[in-house]
Amino acid sequence: MELGVFYILAAVIVVSGLLVVTLKNIFHSALMLILCLFGVAGIYILLHADFLAAVQVLLYVGGVTILMIFAIMVTHQLTGKKIKHYNEQPVPAGLIILSLLILLIVSITRTAFEVADKAEPMPTVAVIGRALMTDYVLPFEVVSVVLLVALIGAIVIARRD
Amino acid sequence: MPDRFAGRLTALEMFGNYAYTGIWLLIGVGFVLVTFWFASLIRPQRPNPTKLENYECGEMPLSASYLQFNVKYYIFALIFVIFDVEVVFLFPWAVVYNSLGLFALIEMLVFLLILIFGLAYAWKKGALQWV
Amino acid sequence: MLELRPIFDAIGEFLNSILPEFWVTIVSAFGTGAIILGVASVFVLFFVWWERKVSAHMQQRYGPMRTGWHGWLQTIADGVKLLQKEDLIPRDADKLVYLFAPVVCFVAAFLAYVTIPFGEGLIVQDLNIGILYIIAITTFTVVSLLMAGWASHNKWSLLGGMRSAAQIISYEVPLSLSLIGVIMIAETLSMVSIVVQQEGWFWNWYVFRQPLGFIVYYIAATAEANRTPFDIPEAEQELVAGYNVEYSGMKWAMFFFAEYINMLTISAIAVTLFFGGWHAPAPFLDFIPSWIWFVGKCLLSVFVLMWFRWTYPRVRVDQLMAFAWKFMLPLAFVNIILTGFGIYLF
Repeated sequence: MELGVFYILAAVIVVSGLLVVTLKNIFHSALMLILCLFGVAGIYILLHADFLAAVQVLLYVGGVTILMIFAIMVTHQLTGKKIKHYNEQPVPAGLIILSLLILLIVSITRTAFEVADKAEPMPTVAVIGRALMTDYVLPFEVVSVVLLVALIGAIVIARRD
Repeated sequence: MPDRFAGRLTALEMFGNYAYTGIWLLIGVGFVLVTFWFASLIRPQRPNPTKLENYECGEMPLSASYLQFNVKYYIFALIFVIFDVEVVFLFPWAVVYNSLGLFALIEMLVFLLILIFGLAYAWKKGALQWV
Repeated sequence: MLELRPIFDAIGEFLNSILPEFWVTIVSAFGTGAIILGVASVFVLFFVWWERKVSAHMQQRYGPMRTGWHGWLQTIADGVKLLQKEDLIPRDADKLVYLFAPVVCFVAAFLAYVTIPFGEGLIVQDLNIGILYIIAITTFTVVSLLMAGWASHNKWSLLGGMRSAAQIISYEVPLSLSLIGVIMIAETLSMVSIVVQQEGWFWNWYVFRQPLGFIVYYIAATAEANRTPFDIPEAEQELVAGYNVEYSGMKWAMFFFAEYINMLTISAIAVTLFFGGWHAPAPFLDFIPSWIWFVGKCLLSVFVLMWFRWTYPRVRVDQLMAFAWKFMLPLAFVNIILTGFGIYLF
């Protein structure tokens, strides 16, 4: 049963992911990206990471992709256009992609993946909260600084006009 | 290779709670599409070129509808994403706050104050100004 | 005595006795889905009629009077009319996105009901992350409005869709932050646990411990649902209805179906988190079934939303954004910090 759901979700993710890069219309690509990220949230559910799944939907569907759509809308004359899927340098690009592919295949086949034990279906939120407040306090505070830097950077860059 | 994945997935329990969400997704989509289909059986369908024109207050549409929006929208979306990330960190903190006491309070005050400083900066720089 | 829980428990037991576990899940998911869909439809039919009556009486009119007693059949008549309306799709529209925008809008509103506790034991699934799940799944509304605005290939639609999206994301932050205070006290995200902790007399309700949080939540939620005074995206006088200008017939109706469902969702969250959910205000009133209390409180809240609509003028778009970022957001922060100190000191 889980296996069936996993394959359905994987198919959704792969197909929508392919459509993101092949569709001619940039708005359609953005919508497909939303579908793709929603599928990833489904995978998190399969792994019993319900909090992570909600965060995935909240941040990626409700935040990042909306930001992307806004970016499309504020860009001059981008929405109606068909995007080109090729450029002037197919040979170097092809070589780079080929070498990346070989690298990925080699590293995937050579790695001995650790198979985790069955994840306990339990409320993960409290565990995450406790971990953030004890073992990961410093990263947690650094996150706020990173967010601050992102905020200031965004304002500085966007308001240069 | 398939064994590895199969072993892991069958070891998982039925994701009972969220099966409902998945099935309700099907119900919702099905309900809306069936309603549309049913309506298409009984409604008239007599389009003509004028009817299919875009609505522009009765005038002929002048240009393509894709306007270029003010960059304001983008700035607000950016600020929103940053604060959204912050909210996500606050949820797990809020759940355990009561059992951790003073330390968690100070941690969160530092976290919040840094972001409130960011908000004040955005305010000062006029990024929160719509017009 | 009038509690509905035993009925559902009996059905569940019966299903368990004749079916394997897997099929029980499937059957009960479809069953509960159909029930909630039906209940939501009845509520929406009622709300549309009620809103027209409330607005009419606030303006010294009668509102619908001719279809049935005080026009109670009016929404059904409207529904039948909408079903027969010609479906005009603009020639330049992006057909597939245009078709799926109302679908996404409706599904986003509908899925929130998986974890809303309608009464004691009357919850479809008590998810661990309850309230976060609702916030997350309803963000799809923004996507649907952008889809509708973009696919219509109409300037008004696109403007309305973009303004809607900007408004909803701006109020999303204070809305989520206003709930943090309640979560800090309740120490859980589960809707049922939050309600259970508010048992007893009405002063145990979280609204008395989180008055600021409630005010921020309610204002932000009104804005999230695009209700007046925050209905800029639909502003009939300037945007001729916003994202749904080009929609007609059932597709148009679906957007409004979703909007009224969202109104009930907002009220249900407010009641669950701040007003004791299904609990009676006083223990001796427990003889009235829990679901009646819950629905009653929700209806009261929906009435208040309607009252807002017919009392306040619409705010300007720059006022709207300034209010979210310069007033609501700092207020939500103040609420979290005050709650933090409050819990630590007491």
